[in-house]
Amino acid sequence: MISSHTLADPGKMRDYHYTGPVEHRFSPYSFNGGTVLAVAGEDFAIVASDTRLSEGYSIHSRDSPKCYKLTDTTVIGCSGFHGDCLTLTKIIDARLKMYKHSNNKTMTSGAIAAMLSTILYGRRFFPYYVYNIIGGLDEHGKGAVYSFDPVGSYQRDTYKAGGSASAMLQPLLDNQIGFKNMEGVQHVPLTQDKAVQLVKDVFISAAERDVYTGDALRVCIITKEGISEQTIPLRKD
Amino acid sequence: MATLVISQSPVGGFSFENCKRNAVLEGEANKVGCSLPAARKTGTTICGVVFKDGVILGADTRATEGMIVADKNCSKIHYISPNIYCCGAGTAADTEMTTQIISSNLELHALSTGRLPRVATANRMLKQMLFRYQGYIGAALVLGGMDCNGPHLYSIYPHGSTDKLPYVTMGSGSLAAMAVFEDRYKPDMEEEEAKRLVRDAIAAGIFNDLGSGSNIDLCVITKGKLDYIRPHDEANKKGVRTGDYKYKRGTTGVLSKTTLNLEVVEETVQTMDTS
Repeated sequence: MISSHTLADPGKMRDYHYTGPVEHRFSPYSFNGGTVLAVAGEDFAIVASDTRLSEGYSIHSRDSPKCYKLTDTTVIGCSGFHGDCLTLTKIIDARLKMYKHSNNKTMTSGAIAAMLSTILYGRRFFPYYVYNIIGGLDEHGKGAVYSFDPVGSYQRDTYKAGGSASAMLQPLLDNQIGFKNMEGVQHVPLTQDKAVQLVKDVFISAAERDVYTGDALRVCIITKEGISEQTIPLRKD
Repeated sequence: MATLVISQSPVGGFSFENCKRNAVLEGEANKVGCSLPAARKTGTTICGVVFKDGVILGADTRATEGMIVADKNCSKIHYISPNIYCCGAGTAADTEMTTQIISSNLELHALSTGRLPRVATANRMLKQMLFRYQGYIGAALVLGGMDCNGPHLYSIYPHGSTDKLPYVTMGSGSLAAMAVFEDRYKPDMEEEEAKRLVRDAIAAGIFNDLGSGSNIDLCVITKGKLDYIRPHDEANKKGVRTGDYKYKRGTTGVLSKTTLNLEVVEETVQTMDTS
């Protein structure tokens, strides 16, 4: 008795012929890369961001910083979709002016954070694709950092990294500023110079491994004297 | 009674049984909640140019896993035979294994013919293998070398088509590199001019394409001479950190300690290849 084997079924292969109308979805968002970082000290705050604006595998601009000055004591860092970053900062600026005109005083960092939370949640069902971090001085002159998610959940932190290389930076900050996972180390309070040096080193490391981070680093240092800015070069590849 | 031999009638066309198996494996993995490991792509800029005395191949040295840099200094110019080298873009494992398989087969072929292998032979072997796998082997190659008929340069696509051209680029940075070639390529260039052109084309890919980066490797193949220059140009140096991040002994907490007393029977030293 001879049994016959069935011919092998070619299996589920891609069809190369036209199968009818295909629906292409238009996405209203695009990811423009970038990393932001904020650190709060005893009497200062630092907000830093890289200056590379990218899309897909291309670079749109090597000089597009993501820190925006809001008041003399507050800077916001926004990364994610650049279109929403620009619109959101314009809306925040307008709301700051409105508050100033009706209350005759500048908004404090905590007030700006609370306001941003409501602005973001107002667009709960078509969110601003922006990862925000606010850095500044609170009413007592101490450093404050507020970190947000795209729909407005926020909390006050000592340090926070956001954006494309955040997963690489945050553990390093946890170790160096928060003294996590270390034993027998003296918990010295963070000085301004040490903080600036740490921020620069941390971005240099992020630029090595994250393709979206690079070109240059913009550091904004907020003290009661005002806001000073530094720009240092990073890897350009 | 003679034993009957049950023979399977020859099946025509390609056998896609492994595709079914892979689809089943992926389904099972997803059911458990994990996904099959993603193949690492090189996100590359590679290029080649024919000049007066031979062929120059160039490549960047960054390997990416998604949008993270997996290897900052990987080698993308692969050996095929003493007079033929091949740059690879696409899935890193595919380019590595494909070039090694063809290199091995070509060496056996050269021993059988008793002649130096020809670039056209390597091209034919590569394209026949890639076509057999219908594009599932994600290897985009730039093949160049020097043989008895002169310098030759081919570009080979994952589905198996090839082009024989005086200048070619492949990879995610191919557009940036081709822009440089289209601007400055001339037939019958001198070696130094051609090296500068290839270096600039790869540099365009490194600085303008996020998938390419780090250094520029060059391979100059001429009659009787081979220069594998790695790196030809260290276009990007590692950033220097100002702080000191060394940890003192005892910083990591010790939860428990067990000691196994082992008896040393034999001690040997094996040198490690750190090149």
